[in-house]
Amino acid sequence: MNKIVEKEYLSDKVVKLVIHAPLIAQKRKAGHFVIVKIGEKGERIPLTISSADTEKGTITLIIQKVGVTSHKVANLEVGDIISDISGPLGQPTAIKKVGTVLCAGGGVGIAPLNPIVEAMKKAGNKVITVLAARSKDLIILEDSIRKYSDEVIIMTDDGSYGKKGLVTEGMEEIINREKIDLAITIGPAIMMKYTSLLTKKYNIHTLASLNSIMVDGTGMCGACRVTVGGETRFVCVDGPEFDAHEVDFDELLLRLKAYNPATEKNTKNN
Amino acid sequence: MSDLMSNNIKQDREEEWRIDLRKSIKAKDRTALERIRMPEVEPNIRVKSHIEVNMGLSPEQAIAEAGRCLDCVNPTCMEGCPVGVNIPKFIKYIEAGLLAEAANTLNQTNMLPAVCGRVCPQEIQCEANCFYTLKLHKPAVGIGNLERYVADWCLNNQENIAENKIVTGPKVAVIGGGPAGLTAAGDLARLNYQVTIFEALHDFGGVLKYGIPEFRLPNNIVNFEIEKLKKEGVKFVKNFVVGKTATLEDLREEGFQAFFIGSGAGLPRFMNIPGENYNGILSSNEYLTRVNLMNASNPEFDTPVDMGKNVAVIGGGNTAMDSVRTAKRLGAERAIIIYRRSIDEMPARKEEIHHAIEEGIEFITLTNPIEYFADSHGNVNKVRVQKMELGEPDSSGRRKPVPINGSEYDIAIDQVIVSVGVSPNPIVPKSIQNLAISKWQTIEVNPETMQSNIEGVFAGGDIVRGGATVILAMGDGRKAAAGIHQYLQDRAN
Ligand SMILES: Cc1cc2nc3c(=O)[nH]c(=O)nc-3n(C[C@H](O)[C@H](O)[C@H](O)COP(=O)(O)OP(=O)(O)OC[C@H]3O[C@@H](n4cnc5c(N)ncnc54)[C@H](O)[C@@H]3O)c2cc1C
Ligand SMILES: Cc1cc2nc3c(=O)[nH]c(=O)nc-3n(C[C@H](O)[C@H](O)[C@H](O)COP(=O)(O)OP(=O)(O)OC[C@H]3O[C@@H](n4cnc5c(N)ncnc54)[C@H](O)[C@@H]3O)c2cc1C
Ligand code: SF4
Ligand code: SF4
Ligand code: FES
Repeated sequence: MNKIVEKEYLSDKVVKLVIHAPLIAQKRKAGHFVIVKIGEKGERIPLTISSADTEKGTITLIIQKVGVTSHKVANLEVGDIISDISGPLGQPTAIKKVGTVLCAGGGVGIAPLNPIVEAMKKAGNKVITVLAARSKDLIILEDSIRKYSDEVIIMTDDGSYGKKGLVTEGMEEIINREKIDLAITIGPAIMMKYTSLLTKKYNIHTLASLNSIMVDGTGMCGACRVTVGGETRFVCVDGPEFDAHEVDFDELLLRLKAYNPATEKNTKNN
Repeated sequence: MSDLMSNNIKQDREEEWRIDLRKSIKAKDRTALERIRMPEVEPNIRVKSHIEVNMGLSPEQAIAEAGRCLDCVNPTCMEGCPVGVNIPKFIKYIEAGLLAEAANTLNQTNMLPAVCGRVCPQEIQCEANCFYTLKLHKPAVGIGNLERYVADWCLNNQENIAENKIVTGPKVAVIGGGPAGLTAAGDLARLNYQVTIFEALHDFGGVLKYGIPEFRLPNNIVNFEIEKLKKEGVKFVKNFVVGKTATLEDLREEGFQAFFIGSGAGLPRFMNIPGENYNGILSSNEYLTRVNLMNASNPEFDTPVDMGKNVAVIGGGNTAMDSVRTAKRLGAERAIIIYRRSIDEMPARKEEIHHAIEEGIEFITLTNPIEYFADSHGNVNKVRVQKMELGEPDSSGRRKPVPINGSEYDIAIDQVIVSVGVSPNPIVPKSIQNLAISKWQTIEVNPETMQSNIEGVFAGGDIVRGGATVILAMGDGRKAAAGIHQYLQDRAN
């Protein structure tokens, strides 16, 4: 049974849940996600496994409230049962020693970035992380990220914490300072688009973890399809990480809005 | 058919009650009877809801239809049934009014009669081989309708009769809760194995649940069959993606001694034409899953679905027919099938095409989409199609459609459902080292035992055949169960 054993608010809109799911905890690697569904009438949504504890048999999810289902998940309390969790899904991040890795996390994208930062560090890389959000209270998991990063730069749109400015400004400063062997970007699609344009300019190999709309998460429906290098790929089974310079972000941005009219109707119903 | 089996069939036929029943009406009078038409909900009423189209036979109708069956010495109908249902026997029990016996007869070879009675392509299987079809050139005995009649009678009358059984034999894992997996599990449980079905989704039934719509196969029918299996001792585990949540090797360590893979052909194909990733263009798997499994058209459920006004469905199979009729039910003003061959070549069941026509579905045949266009929000608003003509027969024996240059034109649409076929989902096959896989990504098996090249690992259904039928998947499940039984017995000795 997937019982919630711990809950913490990381910000107004971002909640951390620790959930009993021993089989998934055993198998998961950095980069994996789960599909979660709440109750008989619920919808299936993907959420990254932010960390796991194999001894306690738990996984940690970090959820930003955006629409119906993320609110439902975030509103669960300790002791509640999540009716359906399946996973771990997707391909894990290829963790290798490459030299210096520049990680960029935007908003709730910091959650999925967290296990990758840790794994990259443990693989012997130098890790520099840029965290970005609209304002101070949206910067999450800072302690954990600091623990496994050689250097952390924080950027906020309003200057309420760290430096004022965009994530790309923080990244460019580092790129101009030292040689970067690999960049990883996770966050809203629009942020990944611009970080990817930046690293392309400097010819730095870059991975982006895509957040397309999903249903089953096992390759059965094709809802999650994206164009990568001119070919249609399924994010849930081929990804979620792809070579950022090959991803058609404009298409992804449009596809994320596919159910906007329908979901708005749903939100009003609730 | 084995000699032993055909001997049994002959013996059964010589039982006194059957001889008497045969004599009670002259064959000539039987053949003079018209086939009873299955009552249907009126098209203009049924398109407003998901209500089942076929209403089932009344007891009088069923007995009358059963009376048409001649109880042939050589029941050729059975040769057309992939699982060898003893057709005359169950039909004669109906005629005699012995429905529990009719149900037992069906259950001996068919684990899911309520399902098969509804979705089997009878017109090319059992009914195609009925004496009426072959020799009298009259409409066949309504075998499928009668099968459904018996199964529905059970559903209404035998609900809580079965006892919970305890199984104690070796542990066997079944991967996938579709018809192949359910059948294999049922047979193995009856042989006293401890069977666990591992299913990736949050519900069981495979395509029967997420694919085939309620207006053809209500979910409660599938649930009823699943409850029966639970009573037979089968364990059901949901949200378990084999190859991800655990591998076969992990399950071996847990004590599972043999495996049946029935993971289906759930990977949707697209046509790879320009504009196919615009919003509003989705696979039939996605569309039908949203509506059937997630209940998206019901406002009380969270999953959204777009309800297109002008919907084009690409393809001519059962999946295409189910999608287009679903679109009509979700309020489409125009629901169009676009198919590259002619209506005669459509692989969908004739009955479904007929129902679709009755419901006002438009058919644009000998036509293929070549490009999609969208508005500034990326929502599809137009499909460019090209007319086709039929050329020489291709490898499938059907005449190959050839594009006619310069015949392109545009159709205004706001939703497209792509139903051009499926391939096996690679998650399970890929997770098993050295498993022999064909170039179509299907698992290769010994056709007698259904065993793959890996010891103790058996497979059947769409994962072996590519997209096929419910009854063939069930037949495979049954064969594999026998293969697994043999394998485990050999190992124990
Ligand atoms: C592989 C993967 C991993 C993810 N990991 C996390 C995670 O760890 N934590 C987390 O909070 N979220 C994560 N997401 C995003 C999360 O799945 C969506 O936020 C969620 O599906 C929204 O559902 P909803 O019902 O709350 O919102 P909806 O009512 O469906 O939508 C509300 C708004 O959010 C937008 N939206 C819908 N789906 C997505 C999406 N997939 N990504 C971004 N915006 C979307 C819609 O356009 C709409 O404007 C992940 C997505 C993917 C594909
Ligand atoms: C819309 C539609 C209409 C159809 N209409 C008809 C019809 O009228 N008549 C007819 O005879 N046939 C019809 N068919 C075909 C028929 O449904 C299939 O041939 C049949 O369901 C195949 O059965 P199966 O058990 O092999 O696979 P499926 O029914 O596909 O079941 C496979 C199951 O395995 C699960 N699975 C997959 N991967 C994993 C994994 N890694 N771990 C655990 N579980 C997994 C899936 O979630 C699924 O539940 C139709 C098909 C569709 C799509
Ligand atoms: S299982 Fe299908 S083919 Fe066999 S008798 Fe029943 S309807 Fe006919
Ligand atoms: S072939 Fe037709 S008439 Fe003869 S036994 Fe079979 S169903 Fe009856
Ligand atoms: S979510 Fe269905 S195929 Fe990826």
